[in-house]
Formats: sequence, C-alpha cells, structure tokens
Amino acid sequence: MSEDFNDNKTIQAQSSEAISGGGSGIATDADYVRPAEVADQDLYHGHSFITKWIFCQDAKVIGVQYFLLATFTGIIGLILSWLMRLQLGFPGLAPFMTAEHYYQFVTMHGMIMVVYFLTALFLGGFGNYLIPLMVGARDMVFPYLNMVSFWSFFVAVAVLLASFFVPGGPTGSGWTLYPPQAILEGTPGAGWGIMLMCISLILFVAGFTMGGLNYLITVLQARTRGMTLMRMPLTVWGIFTATVLAMLAFPALLVGALMMSLDNVLGTSFFMPTILKAGEVLEYGGGSPILFQHLFWFFGHPEVYIVALPAFGIISDLISVHARKNIFGYRMMVWAIVGIGALSFFVWAHHMYVSGMNPWFGFFFATTTLIIAVPTAMKVYNWILTLWRGNIRLNVVMLWCLGFIVTFVNGGITGIFLGNVSVDVPLSDTYFVIAHFHMVMGIAPLMVIMGAVYHWFPLVAGRFLDEKLGKWHFWLTFLGAYSIYFPMHYLGFIGVPRRYFEMYDSPYVTSAVGMNEFISLAAFIVGAAQFILIYNIIKTLKTGKPAGHNPWQACSLEWLTPTVPPEHGNWGDRLPTVHRWAYDYSVPGAKEDFITQTTPPSEVAHTKVEKT
Amino acid sequence: MSDIKIEGYEFKPGFKGMAKDTGSDQTMFKGVHWGKAMMWIFLLSDTFIFSCFLISYMKGRGSTLIDWPNPSEVFGLNVFGVDVPLLLIAIMTFVLITSSGTMALAVKYGYEKNKKMCGWLILATAIGGLTFVGMQAFEWSKLIHEGVRPWENPFGAPQFGSFFFMITGFHGTHVSIGVIFLFIYAYKTFAGHYDQGKRGWFTTMKGDYVEIEILGLYWHFVDLVWVFIFAFFYLW
Repeated sequence: MSEDFNDNKTIQAQSSEAISGGGSGIATDADYVRPAEVADQDLYHGHSFITKWIFCQDAKVIGVQYFLLATFTGIIGLILSWLMRLQLGFPGLAPFMTAEHYYQFVTMHGMIMVVYFLTALFLGGFGNYLIPLMVGARDMVFPYLNMVSFWSFFVAVAVLLASFFVPGGPTGSGWTLYPPQAILEGTPGAGWGIMLMCISLILFVAGFTMGGLNYLITVLQARTRGMTLMRMPLTVWGIFTATVLAMLAFPALLVGALMMSLDNVLGTSFFMPTILKAGEVLEYGGGSPILFQHLFWFFGHPEVYIVALPAFGIISDLISVHARKNIFGYRMMVWAIVGIGALSFFVWAHHMYVSGMNPWFGFFFATTTLIIAVPTAMKVYNWILTLWRGNIRLNVVMLWCLGFIVTFVNGGITGIFLGNVSVDVPLSDTYFVIAHFHMVMGIAPLMVIMGAVYHWFPLVAGRFLDEKLGKWHFWLTFLGAYSIYFPMHYLGFIGVPRRYFEMYDSPYVTSAVGMNEFISLAAFIVGAAQFILIYNIIKTLKTGKPAGHNPWQACSLEWLTPTVPPEHGNWGDRLPTVHRWAYDYSVPGAKEDFITQTTPPSEVAHTKVEKT
Repeated sequence: MSDIKIEGYEFKPGFKGMAKDTGSDQTMFKGVHWGKAMMWIFLLSDTFIFSCFLISYMKGRGSTLIDWPNPSEVFGLNVFGVDVPLLLIAIMTFVLITSSGTMALAVKYGYEKNKKMCGWLILATAIGGLTFVGMQAFEWSKLIHEGVRPWENPFGAPQFGSFFFMITGFHGTHVSIGVIFLFIYAYKTFAGHYDQGKRGWFTTMKGDYVEIEILGLYWHFVDLVWVFIFAFFYLW
C-alpha cells in the first residue's frame, strides 16, 4: 500500500516566513500568521478506478456521491408524492391506488424526503464537499471513515427501497411510525415493512455518525493557519451546528427504532399497551406508546433544524456574494445558529399537544417554541439588511435566495399559529400542518439546495449552468410551490384532515374538491419542473460556458484552490493562509469589490477594510 | 497537558485560556490528536444512546402495573446452600473496573514506548473484558433457565426481561467490540506496529501509541456506563 503515498514529499506547511515575512516568529508584522501546529495531512491517493471513484476517500468525491444518491432517493420521494396527489385530486382515477398503497406512499415519501434526501444532501453532500475547502483543510480528517459513512448510507437506502419488494410492502404507519399501529396487523407493511424501515434507520444513523465525527473534528481541529472560528463562512457554521444536533438527536431515533424492532420481532412490549383485537386480548401489554413519541420527537424536532441550519448558513453566503455586501451582523448570525440549535432540544413535545400529555407540559413547550422565533427572526432581518442597498446581481442564484426568504417567512409565521397549544388543537392533523411544514422545511430548504447547486456547480464541474433554463426552473418551482401549499392553508381552516385516503361524501367536498384538483395539477407541474435542472446539468457538463477561476468574485476559500475543479488534497503544495473573514465585499478604497480571505493586510492597507 | 509547546502561541490558564484557545486559529483543543477528539465526541453521542435506554427503562418501570421483581432475589446466587444477593454482579463489576486500571497502565507504558509491558497490560485488559462477557453470558443463561424472556417474566412485570436483555445486551456488545479491538491492539503492540509507524490495514494511517489511549477512552466509557447500569438494574 505504501507506494500509494508520497512519503518523500513533506510539504512545507510551516514555512511561514516565505509568505508573511514574519521572520523570527514574533508578531511584529501585520501579515504575520502563526506557523502550523499540526503536520500536513497524510492522504491516501487512489490510483485505480475503484479507489478513485467508488470506494473513494476524497471528501469531494464522497460529497458528490452523497449528492447523487440523495437526489436519486429524492426523485423516488417525488414520484410517490405525485401518486398521492393523483389520488387526492382525482380519487379513483388510478385503479392501483388502494388505501394501503396510499398510506405506504405517504410514509415513504415523508421518511425519504426528511432523512434520506434533505439530511443526506445537506450534511453528506454539501458538508463533505464544502467543509474541507472552506476551512482550508486538505480533506476530512478521517477519510477512510468518511468512505465507510457513504457506503453505510448506500446500504441504508438499499434496505429502505428493498421494503417495496417484500411481502406486505413498505410500512404504511406514517413517517412518525407511531406504535402500536405501526406493528399491528392491519397496518400495511406491519411485519417486514416496519422491520426494514427500522434496520434502514439504524444503518443511516451509524453511517451518519461516522460522517458527523469527520465534519466536527475537521472544523474544530483541522482549520488552516489564520482560520479562526469567527472567520469561517456561515455555511460551515450551519453545517457544523446541524452536525452537533444530529450527533445528539439521532441516538433517540436509534433507540426508538431498536425498541420498535424488538417489539415487532421478539414480542416485547416496550411501546405496546394491552390491546383488544376483535374481542381477543393480544399478547402485548404494559408498554407505553407515548414513550415512543417522546423518543421520536426528541430526534424529530432537532431533525427539522438539522435540515434548516445548513440552509440558513448556505443562504447567508449566497446572499452576501450576490448582493456584493458583507453579511449583516455576522456574529449575531453565528449566535443565532448556535442558539436555535440549543433551543431545538427543548421544544419536541409541541408535536404532541394532542397526545394526551399534561397541559402544563404543553404550556412549557409552547413557550420554548415561541422563543425560537426570536433568533430566527433575527436571521431573516439580517438577510434583508444584507440585501439592503446591495449591488444585487439578479441571477438565478439570487432568485432562489429571494424565493427562500419569502417562503421561509411564510412557513415560519404559520409555525407561530401551530406553536400555541390552543390554536394548534383545532388545527392539528389538518392540511394546515401539511402546508406549514412543507413551506418551512420542505420548499424553503429545497430553494437553498437549488440556489447552492447553481452557485457551486461552476466549482464542482468548472462550467456555468444555463441561466435561461435556470429561470424557467425557478419560476415554475416558486409559483408552483405556492399554488400547491397556499390553498392547503385554507383546506386546513375548513377542517380537511390529513392522511385521509379519500373524502367520499363528507361536507368538505363542495369547496375542497376543486381545490384539491388544482393542487394536484400544480404538483405535477412543479415535480416535472425539477427535471429541467437534471437536463440543465447534463447539457452544461459538456457544452456549458467554462467558469474559470472564482467566477462569482467570491471571498471564501473554496474558490481559491490552485485548480478548478479542486484536486485531491485541494491546495497543491501549500495550504492557504487566512487573514480575514469571508465577507469583505465592496470595501471602500479597494481595487475590486471583493478582498479574498487569503489577501494579506499589507496589500489592502490603503482601504477601509476592518480587522476581522 | 501543560507540557505542550506550540510555536508562536502562548497558553493562558483557566477560563481565559479556554476562551483564547476557542478564539484561536487552526485548532480548538490545542495539541489534542484528531482521533482522540473524535473519540470524545463519539462517546458524547453514545452517552445519549445509553441515556435514552435508561430513561426509557425508568419510564417503563415507573408505569408498569405489575410489580417489578426484587433484584436481590432475581440476581442472587446460591453458594453452598447460602443465598448471596448480587454476588456474581459484584465480581463482574470488580473485574471490569480492574480492567480499566490495567488499561490506564497500558496507556502509560505505551507513551513510555515500553512495548512489552504495554502489550501485556492490553492483553490483561482484554482478558478482563472477556471474563466479564463470559459471566454475563452465565447470568443470561441462568435467567433464561429460570424462565425470564424478553417478552415474559415469571417474577413480575414482563418489561423487566425486555429492558434487562436489551440494555445489558447493548452494553455487552460494546464490551465485546472493545475486547476484539484490545486483542488486535495487543497484537499490533507486540508486533511493533506503533514503534515503526506501520500503516493500518484498512485506514492506511500510520500507527502511533496514541491509538491505545483512544481505545482506552472507549474502554473507560464502557466501564462507566456499566456503573450506571449496575446502579439502575441491581441496586434500585
């Protein structure tokens, strides 16, 4: 194995004098940066196709692998949502849509989109690609573990999708998998389906833990010279904090899934109360279904922020770059991310207001829930203040950013309705809830993903995506998503319940039918519009306009690699030295409207750049 | 860790020093090996797993309608006609805690590059762990023999069996994984992989005695978790 290493090449990461002119190691010069504390990272360079592209230890390739697999899984989730809307808008049109299938599709759509699509994409995809580049590391600190992380995710997805082909099909108990019904006969997929779901989740958590340790230690211990925590781009802060949440929240899911599988396979009664079925007492008895709800939501609520915090971070960077202004209130943004993350562990039972728990509990959780609105609102104000009087480039990336802010505010405001116990009780289990969480953690993060794809594609592939197709993609998605979810608020107000297979002749029918048809048509169009992006990517990979070096005139490190796209090891012979934060845009007196993080102070001494 | 020297960086004591480290560039935990920091964070995550287990256990035990079995009877051992409560479990706990001691010594000798002592002490730790797992297997088979199952329990609430087998099983799995790694590390120590910086079989990273400390962290954690399981299952 040793011939794969370049042992002779001890790279001079510590040759600070050459760059900074600091000389004797005492801080006399403004450009001086302390020498490297840690020896340069020892990397395994693959040579064969398998070690380079399949079992690869390069975080960038792993990031792309995560991205592609998560997208593939997401497309399955999208197709499932089409089938659901087909049934809801036009009941009886598709003969194969039985009630069982409907519930199975609901369940799989939810679980796929939340865990296997959004979480894997933000943390596995963007995290792997961007963290090492943005903090100036050569790679993640444990490349081998990182590779195993992706392949665990791969097996988890395979097991999840295998449940479509087992007797009884996938589980149909809703993505929350509430016992006792999840494992009782009569629920679709009660035997095999739920078992494979639990196994898949356990594998996902195991795989994620390996990846998460990488992200955390890379941020904490492998930053380049001069890169302090408060100079990191907010993208890294978002992904880092989300990873901390995931490391502490996924254990609850793991434990819940494990206990549920034991209830299912061994006949234990962790979550199973005494149950009468057709006059007969089942073997189960003495367990607590509410316990599962607590375990699930102790994971489930931080999970919302595991998706949202990377989105917050990424959008901050995109807005700053494309409005040519520094992010307003950087430190406030960092503390808001950390604060939201901490608070998210104290709000979980707001998902359980109607579970029959003590009302005082509801009071407590309503209070903590509403407190989260404070840091979140600060972030929204800061995004708007960053745009204020900026030199805005109204390109596709910026459109997605603006779309995100609007959608997120919209979804956030309905969250204030649902956070209050007395308002939530009549609204719970209606389409209002569906509208709320799809707006705030479905569409809003999706807009960030799209913006990020258009923004970083020139780095990953070296070519620009097509702007014209991008605008079609954006407007169809944005207007379409509003056409889907805005009417759902109304459906919720008139009391249409969620998770109903069909409305039959209920009194809702008169006003809900037309609306449901409209929503379904919009959903088909929005879903189809996503394939514009796939076409765009395939087309521009070959024929797109070459991007060249730092095409957006950005300050942050990921654009400053010697080669575009960056090679394994990222930085060539010498690691970059960082002198400032990632947001020095439009500095008065500077030659260009951006000063990169690696520009030493002596080069910009005549400008009004602030010390960061 | 006051003996760490970093060029161009001045350590400060106390809270101010911590704030300075946090605000500095490159690393937050100065002089801490990547793998060691990783193990600490992994153990934090693992703590949450065991906490979820134990909280679920408390909830299950607190809300059951059928009486919980008396631990000193269920876990008692009959020695030469005398009923001794918690005898086996006392020996198990003693063995596991002792193995923590040998592990700590192994780390010390490792850093002193005393290959032989280090290897033997890792081996002693592994044997301690193996003894623990063996005694746990004995206890499990005794309970199973008496009719305790994950789904039923002749002495009282069926949840007793469910929680007992699940939580001790999960902990036992941790110990077993630790034992496997201890044997591997003992081999690697005796073979001199850490002295020569030989590359790992899978990770292809250079070997270093710090790996023994990392495994030691894991081993101490498993012992600590056992103390909690012991308190919650056998003393409550």
